[in-house]
Amino acid sequence: MADNPRASAEPAAIDVRGLTRRFGQFVAVDKVTFDVRRGEIFGFLGSNGAGKSTTIRMLCGLLKPTSGTATVGGVDVTRDPEGVKRRIGYMSQRFSLYELLTVDQNIEFFGGVYGLDAAKLVERRRFVIDMAGLAGRETTLARDLAGGWRQRLALGCAILHEPAILFLDEPTGGVDPLSRRQFWRLIDALSQSGVTVLVTTHYLDEAERCHRVALIHAGRLAAIGTTTEVKQIFAGRPILEVRTDRSVEAMRLLDGFPEVEKTSLFGTAVHAVLRRGDARAEAIESRLRGLGVAVESITPVVPSLEDVFLDVIDSFSREPAAESEGRSASGRDA
Amino acid sequence: MRKALAVYRKELRQIRRDRRTLTTIVFVPAFFLLLYGYALNFDIRHIALAVQDRDGTPQSRALVSAFVNSGYFDRVADVYSPAELDRLLDLNTARAALVIPEGFSRDLLNGRMPQVQFLINGDNANTATTVMGYAGNIARSAGATIASDSVEPPAAPVSVEPRIWYNPELRSTLFLVPGLIAYILMITAVISTSLSIVREKESGTMEQVRMAPIDTFSFVVGKSIPYFFISLASAALIIFAAMLLFGLPMRGNWLALLLALSLFIAGALGTGLLISTVAETQQVAFQAAMLSSFLPTLMLSGFIFPISSMPYALQLITHIVPARYFLIALRGIVLKGTPLRLLWPQMVALSIYALLMLTFSSVRLARERR
Repeated sequence: MADNPRASAEPAAIDVRGLTRRFGQFVAVDKVTFDVRRGEIFGFLGSNGAGKSTTIRMLCGLLKPTSGTATVGGVDVTRDPEGVKRRIGYMSQRFSLYELLTVDQNIEFFGGVYGLDAAKLVERRRFVIDMAGLAGRETTLARDLAGGWRQRLALGCAILHEPAILFLDEPTGGVDPLSRRQFWRLIDALSQSGVTVLVTTHYLDEAERCHRVALIHAGRLAAIGTTTEVKQIFAGRPILEVRTDRSVEAMRLLDGFPEVEKTSLFGTAVHAVLRRGDARAEAIESRLRGLGVAVESITPVVPSLEDVFLDVIDSFSREPAAESEGRSASGRDA
Repeated sequence: MRKALAVYRKELRQIRRDRRTLTTIVFVPAFFLLLYGYALNFDIRHIALAVQDRDGTPQSRALVSAFVNSGYFDRVADVYSPAELDRLLDLNTARAALVIPEGFSRDLLNGRMPQVQFLINGDNANTATTVMGYAGNIARSAGATIASDSVEPPAAPVSVEPRIWYNPELRSTLFLVPGLIAYILMITAVISTSLSIVREKESGTMEQVRMAPIDTFSFVVGKSIPYFFISLASAALIIFAAMLLFGLPMRGNWLALLLALSLFIAGALGTGLLISTVAETQQVAFQAAMLSSFLPTLMLSGFIFPISSMPYALQLITHIVPARYFLIALRGIVLKGTPLRLLWPQMVALSIYALLMLTFSSVRLARERR
């Protein structure tokens, strides 16, 4: 992870205050507040329908907020959506390129709609081709490009006009791991050159590469902070990873133990979150064995973002009326 | 301007590489022209005719010859009894029958108006009406000729001398081609415009373009100009093909024709844009285009079915079908050489249609982009 630039005193690149969007009765985004600093890679995490895309669409000036304010690059998204569009780049999970145009023609088209003049286009075209590693493929149809190249070309088209702020909506879907790494290296480089990046993702390993993340659930901001901070949700609550040959049954039994707060399935293993206190792994192991479960191993694990994610969703469904300001993860223990 | 140009160039390049759209735009018009030009033909020829000549005189034979020589009728049978006649008509071996009674030549030569019986199978009302017209004309003129070849001059005090203007041979192809042009323009303009935008919605490029600082006007202009010229070229292709294959005349002013075509195409493009703001999938867009453009153009424009013979309520509806005005203008310019100044009501109607559609769709598109 690169240096976290959040300590800088500059005004925020993205500043969101109480942003809300309703569709009829349905509240898609509910009083969301956060800010992103210049050059920061800010991860937006949440399940499908959590409100990530709606938030991005409002920040890009595509959708009017019902209430609340947001400024992007210092421009109010409600008052001057076109001004916002000039300052941002946007790339979606679909890598929306024109399939029937060549690499060059796609670059030319997007350069055109961003209003680049001929000289600038030549310069930026060279940059994008280099960045995406597309040299020699300039006349290939976008349709015929492999996933990683399509993705990098889409990124290149989104930053042709050198935006200060880049929105990436699930940018690595359906791309092989090697291309994902390569893509994140490009994102890091952009961030280092001062571009602010707001990225939504399902992949929690990608979230680890962000300077800060925000967890959004049911339209509300559930947690915000560095990944280390966010994991503090589990401070004082150990997580045990239980491996058995009958995970589902073990999960059912563990749920009945008083010291177990909740359980979830992680691949073939079961993660059990213990209540605060001095519950020990050995005690749980022997009780499980006593109930006839063949325990292969039972070990304390460091919480992953996935644990955090599941925990947050779980606590939200138990307290639906929770206040919606982004709770700082560390503040939860106080 | 640069932005509109970028959209325009991109659209042209896409069309060039998109086989399906190209086929729709180039081959569908050609296919329709041939199909409708040759198959959809209201001229009726070679009607199977049964003859019962009970007079058996040179005069009655002359009348039968007149029917056969007209080219409309093929003499398929000679019958000698009414029962046999019934059977042939029932079997559909004959579609029509001519019965000449005894005393036909006697009456004719005595200056009395003889009566002949003409039976038509009326299961196809359109054909029957036309055949009846042919038969009446043949009988009248043949009767007069036969009579004047004989002793007495014909006794008809008033005679109608029909002169058919603009399309003297009454070839329905000439009447159909203008309608065909309207129909084909509806396909190329409405379908291809709406599909091209909806396809962008489906592939996500529309969203990408919306994120860019490009105004609705540049987008609409860049997007529709290629289809405007393609539609115009398509219309020119049909007109020249119809001139070559079917002898379509061009009696009017080419500029007037261009104006009528342009106004109609502009309206059709607007309709396509409007559909694309409503439809989210290509299938929905296609169906919307069918219902809103094809069917009215086919049924309610006077393309095939004359408006004057529709029920009153339907006639009222035809006033909002743009192809109705376009057809009057087109038939006027191409077939009759009507000067533009006499076609101003149609031109105004077409302008209103184009203006309405383009404004409405731009407003919707701008709102959708918000």
